[in-house]
Amino acid sequence: MSTEVETPVRPEEHPIAPYLRMDRMPHIWCPTCGIGTVVKCFATALGEAGVDLDKTAIVSGIGCTGRVAGYMNLDAFHATHGRAIPFATGLKLGRPELEVVVFSGDGDLSGIGGNHFIHAARRNMDLLVILVNNFIYGMTGGQNAPTTPETARSSTMPFGNFERPFNLPHLAASCGATFVSRWTCLHIRRLTACIRTALGRKGFRFIEVIAPCSTLYARLNRLGSGLALMKFYHDNSEIKHGADTREVDIGFQERFICGNFIDQERPTFLDMMHAHYSQVLGDRYVPMKPEGGWLHD
Amino acid sequence: MKADPAGVLTGVHYLDGDYACGEGAMAAGCRFVAGYPITPSTEVVERISRRFPMMGGTFIQMEDELASMAAVAGAAWTGTKCMTVTSGPGFSLMMENIGLATMMEAPCVVVNVQRGGPSTGLPTMVGQADMMQARWGSHGDYELIALSPQSPQEAFDLTIEAFNLAETWRVPVMFMMDECVGHMTEKVVIPPADQIEIVPRKLTSKPPGEYKPYEVNGRPVPEMVRAGDGYRFHTTGLTHDERGYPVMSVECQEVSVRRLIDKIRLNADQIVRYEEEDVDGAEVVVVAYGITARVTRAGIDLARAQGVKVGFLRLVVVWPFPERRIRELAGKVKAFVVPEINYGQMVLEVERCAGGKAPAVLVPHGGGGVHDPRAICQAIVEAAR
Repeated sequence: MSTEVETPVRPEEHPIAPYLRMDRMPHIWCPTCGIGTVVKCFATALGEAGVDLDKTAIVSGIGCTGRVAGYMNLDAFHATHGRAIPFATGLKLGRPELEVVVFSGDGDLSGIGGNHFIHAARRNMDLLVILVNNFIYGMTGGQNAPTTPETARSSTMPFGNFERPFNLPHLAASCGATFVSRWTCLHIRRLTACIRTALGRKGFRFIEVIAPCSTLYARLNRLGSGLALMKFYHDNSEIKHGADTREVDIGFQERFICGNFIDQERPTFLDMMHAHYSQVLGDRYVPMKPEGGWLHD
Repeated sequence: MKADPAGVLTGVHYLDGDYACGEGAMAAGCRFVAGYPITPSTEVVERISRRFPMMGGTFIQMEDELASMAAVAGAAWTGTKCMTVTSGPGFSLMMENIGLATMMEAPCVVVNVQRGGPSTGLPTMVGQADMMQARWGSHGDYELIALSPQSPQEAFDLTIEAFNLAETWRVPVMFMMDECVGHMTEKVVIPPADQIEIVPRKLTSKPPGEYKPYEVNGRPVPEMVRAGDGYRFHTTGLTHDERGYPVMSVECQEVSVRRLIDKIRLNADQIVRYEEEDVDGAEVVVVAYGITARVTRAGIDLARAQGVKVGFLRLVVVWPFPERRIRELAGKVKAFVVPEINYGQMVLEVERCAGGKAPAVLVPHGGGGVHDPRAICQAIVEAAR
C-alpha cells in the first residue's frame, strides 16, 4: 500500500539545509543508497557539536561517497582517488586551527588510499575520517573492493569473491587510531551521536558506516531492494561497545558487530611535534601560527 | 612585498645546489614542505627540516610521493606557501596530484633533482631526461611553468622566482634541477630580506557569498581565498564552472580547460626567460640548460678557437618554451645545436619552433655524467659547415 505524502517542508527549510549546498541538489546518489542518511547524520552532528563551520574543511576522494564533500556547505575539496587523507593532512598542517574531516568510501580510503590511511593513523594526524562501506566499487559499476565479503559477487568476481576482506576498525585500531567506531546507516541517532562525540575529540578518528549499494551490490547478490538491505544490516548488527576489534570481521550476509570500540586520548602529530621541539629547542622553537605559516603579518 | 627575515640566511655561503634550493624556498616564504626521501634531492628537505622549526615552518615526511604531492595540493589552499622535492621515480608518482594542482589552480613548487633514468636508473648520477615529463607527465591538457638552474646561486635565486611565478599564475611550478647542480658546491650570496621581492597570495576582496572560486572577469587568473576564512568554497579535480562545481559538458570543458591553457600560453612573454650570449651574427646558436649550459660554454670556446661564430641561448624558464625567439633566430642561423643529458627532448621544441628554417642538431648524452665539451664543439663545427 502506498499513500501520497505531503512534503512537510520545502527543501530549503529542511533542518540540515544550512549545512548543504542546496544549489547542487538533487544529488547523484541512487534511490535507497545509504550515503544520504550518513550525510544527514553528519550535518546534524555538525550542528549539535557546535563546531565553527567556517573553520571546518571537508575532503573527499573519488567514488560515490567521494561526492559528499561537494554537497557540504563547508570549505570543500574533491581530491584525487585515494588521496583525500594526504590532501587533508596538507590542509591541517598548513592551517592548524582547521577542523578537517575526510569523508569517502571503502575503495577510496582502504584500497587505493590504504597506505595513506595506515600512516595517518600511525601519526595520529588530527583528522576525522568517515568511511562509508558498501562492500563494492559503486561508481565504476560494482567491482570487487578490499572490503567485499568472501563469497559475495561483484562485477569482477562474478563467481564470488575469494579474497579476504579488510576488517577496517581493526586496521585503524592496530595503526593507532584514537577513536574507532562502526555503525550502519540506519543507526541514525547512534551514528549522529558518535560523529558528534568524534568531533569533540582529537587525533585520528575513524568511523565506518555500513551502507547498502542498492544498484550494484544488492542486485549482483540478489539481496532485494536497497531499503531491505539497509534494514538487514541494521537488524543483523549487534551493538557491542568496546568490542575487541579483532572480532569484528564481516562475513557475507552474516551478523556483525558495531558500536564504539575505541575512545582514548593520545597526543596528535602536532602535539608530539610541539612538545618535542619545545623540549629540544627551547626558546628557539617557533611553531607555525594557528592560521598558517608567514601570512605576511 | 619583501621577504620574511626569519627565513632569510643573509650572507655569503658555500652551499651545494640542494641546500641553496632549500634556502631559496625558505627565503621565498615557504613554510610547509611534504616530501619523501630520494637521492639526489634529499638534502633539500634535510636543510629545510633542520631550519623550519625556528621559523614557524612544518616539514612532514610522508609515506610516499603520491601523498607528498597531495599534501602540498591541500596545503596550497591554506595560504601557507608550500613545496615538495623529489627525483625521477618520485616525480612519476607525483604526476597524479600535479594534475590536481593544475586543475584546481593550487600554487606550489615541485623540485625535481634529475638523475639518470628510466625507472630506478642512476640514483646518484646526473640526468636531464624528465624535461618532457615536467611538461606532459600528467594526463589531460594543461600548461605549467618549469625552470632550470645552472648553479647553486641560481638554485637559490630561481627557487624564489618559482614561488613567485606559482603565485602569479596559480600553477604548480616545476623546478628542474639536475644532480650536478644539486650536488655542486659553490659560493651562494643570500641578500638581506628587504632586497628579496616576494609575490604574496592574491586574496579576493569580495565578501563570502559574492565570491566565486573560478570567476576571472577577463583576467587570466582567478582570485583565491584560504580555507578557514568563511568562504565555504568548493573545488574539485573534475571539470568545473566558475563556482568550482562539477559540470560534465563540452561547453564547460572548452571554457575551463581553455583558460588553464591560455593563462600560460597567451601570457608566455611575461613568463619566458632566457639568456643570450653573442647571438647576433652567429652562424650557430647552441641551446642548453642546467648543468649542460656550463659544459656548453667550454664547447663554445673550443669552437670559436676554430673560427666558428657561435651564439648561446640558455633556457632559464624551460616551460613555456621561448618559441618566438627560436623562430626569429631560425631565419638567421645555419643551425641550432642542442646538447642535453637525454636522447632528445628540448631539441624537439627547438626543431618545432625552427620550422624547417634551420636544423636542430642534438648532442645526446645518456646520463651519469656530463658531455665532453669536445663533442659539443664538434657538433658546432659540423653544423657551421
